[in-house]
Amino acid sequence: MNTEKNIKTLIVNKPLKLDCGKTIKDFPIAYETYGSLNSKKDNAILVFHALTGDQFVTGINPATNKEGWWSYAVGPDKAIDTNKYFVICSNVIGGCMGSYGPSHKDPNQKIFGTNFPVITINDMVNAQYNLLDHFGIDKLFSITGGSMGGMQVLQFISNFPDKSKTVIPIATTSSHSAQNIAFNELGRQAITADSNWKDGNYTSNETNPGKGLAVARMAAHITYLSKKGLQEKFGRKLQEREDLKFGFDADFQIESYLRYQGSVFVDRFDANSYLYITRAMDYFDLAKQFNGNLSEAFKNTNAKFFIISFTSDWLYPTQENKDIVIALNSIGADVGFVEIESDKGHDSFLLDVPDFLSALKNFLDKSYEEN
Amino acid sequence: MKNEFQVIADLIEKDKKVLDVGCADGTLMKFLKDNKNINIRGLEISKERVQECIAKGLTVIEGNAEKDLKQFPDKSFDYVILSQTLQAFLNPELVLDELLRVGKKAIVTIPNFGYWKVRFHLLFKGTMPITKTLPDEWYNTPNLHMCTIKDFFHFVKSKDIRIFKSLALSNLNKSTINQSNLGVKNLFADLGIFLIEK
Repeated sequence: MNTEKNIKTLIVNKPLKLDCGKTIKDFPIAYETYGSLNSKKDNAILVFHALTGDQFVTGINPATNKEGWWSYAVGPDKAIDTNKYFVICSNVIGGCMGSYGPSHKDPNQKIFGTNFPVITINDMVNAQYNLLDHFGIDKLFSITGGSMGGMQVLQFISNFPDKSKTVIPIATTSSHSAQNIAFNELGRQAITADSNWKDGNYTSNETNPGKGLAVARMAAHITYLSKKGLQEKFGRKLQEREDLKFGFDADFQIESYLRYQGSVFVDRFDANSYLYITRAMDYFDLAKQFNGNLSEAFKNTNAKFFIISFTSDWLYPTQENKDIVIALNSIGADVGFVEIESDKGHDSFLLDVPDFLSALKNFLDKSYEEN
Repeated sequence: MKNEFQVIADLIEKDKKVLDVGCADGTLMKFLKDNKNINIRGLEISKERVQECIAKGLTVIEGNAEKDLKQFPDKSFDYVILSQTLQAFLNPELVLDELLRVGKKAIVTIPNFGYWKVRFHLLFKGTMPITKTLPDEWYNTPNLHMCTIKDFFHFVKSKDIRIFKSLALSNLNKSTINQSNLGVKNLFADLGIFLIEK
């Protein structure tokens, strides 16, 4: 979980008052950049990662030795072209890839565990805003992200309305639904039911609540796919066997696949971070911050919005994305919207979905030409 | 660009805010944006056409005029354009009301079912007319509510909608429609273009 030598860190000295009432200061934000910032400093794109993502957007992630989570979309000549744009991404606070989180030590040198303050999407973006000062960027060219990354996009432009020219929330929502809170709660219960969790006071990788975290990941993973996608990929295919074994081993390929997804996740993710980040998602309700009127969240921005959803995404369905479009249209904002045809479910934004990638590329490149 | 689009563009002053409903591949939008500095938005139902618009750098919302116009506030655009689509809606009257609510003015064009070629086709061939502006067969046409220039003229008057300009287009000829020449224009124009307001 820790490859500290490969992690770039900004220590934020400015105190940050969190929504829970506590104040943090001198805390680390781990980040990574791709491409280079031009002399006018007008080509920066801030990417926000989703629940289990991190700052390693593309290329080989030094912590996992696997491709970064948005390798299909970000890189030279890709949709977010790093020959042209300067891409910044940071690990969210509460996370476990170097930014201030529950696996860090408190001022008394004791690991926080669940004594880490509960953080929100608002806290995450307020922390990340410090990166603009760090790079001397007055205005970003774009902010983008999918899923929880999209929530951060919406919160960021609401908090800092003149800090980005374009805004691209993808497969997201302005208010976490009951269904999504329910799935997150299922994951949290799986973790806290693991006897190794010990109220969050596990200390080493050997004694972490890996079984609970793996179950949380397995359940969540199902929600990222579509029924059709699962059926086409796995159907009722058996796992390295000719027939059913009349036992509880993984007879079906889908079982084996989920178990694998659970086990590799445990190697790279901290169980307490999973609790904190899912909580931040559940607490997200941008309209509520403006007395129930979502439009108010965007009334001070002149940014150009482009919202993208996917047909088979039942976790953050098209209608929830369209609600954002409607809120923007009702105040005459500059907003485009497209629903991409894909049977890859919520995960579509992370995968090779050509219509999505070309829409993203065209929007960015054409908007940049107009700069 | 189609002659129709040139006529529509001529009706719009520079620097206005315009919504193109059913904007297709964005040809008219692009022209208005580049040549008249129009703040232009599009609404389009086809995913492929939306992608074409994005590739042109246009702001387009994928959506359906019958459901999605309601999200726009009253009089939030100087002009709303509806080109040759009114007849394809389940409820054209409702769409027309919405256009005039959202736009200070609306520009509506209709393929004229009273055009002499259409009438001849039905009269002599006895089959559903197929022309340049009505290219589809009866079984696959998107058109549900065909009307003539005369029908639309009377319909608009009956709804107390003001007509600023009504133009008849036949091939490359543009002429003004009025009460006295309505019968002739209804016979010789294949397209009617109306600038209206409520």
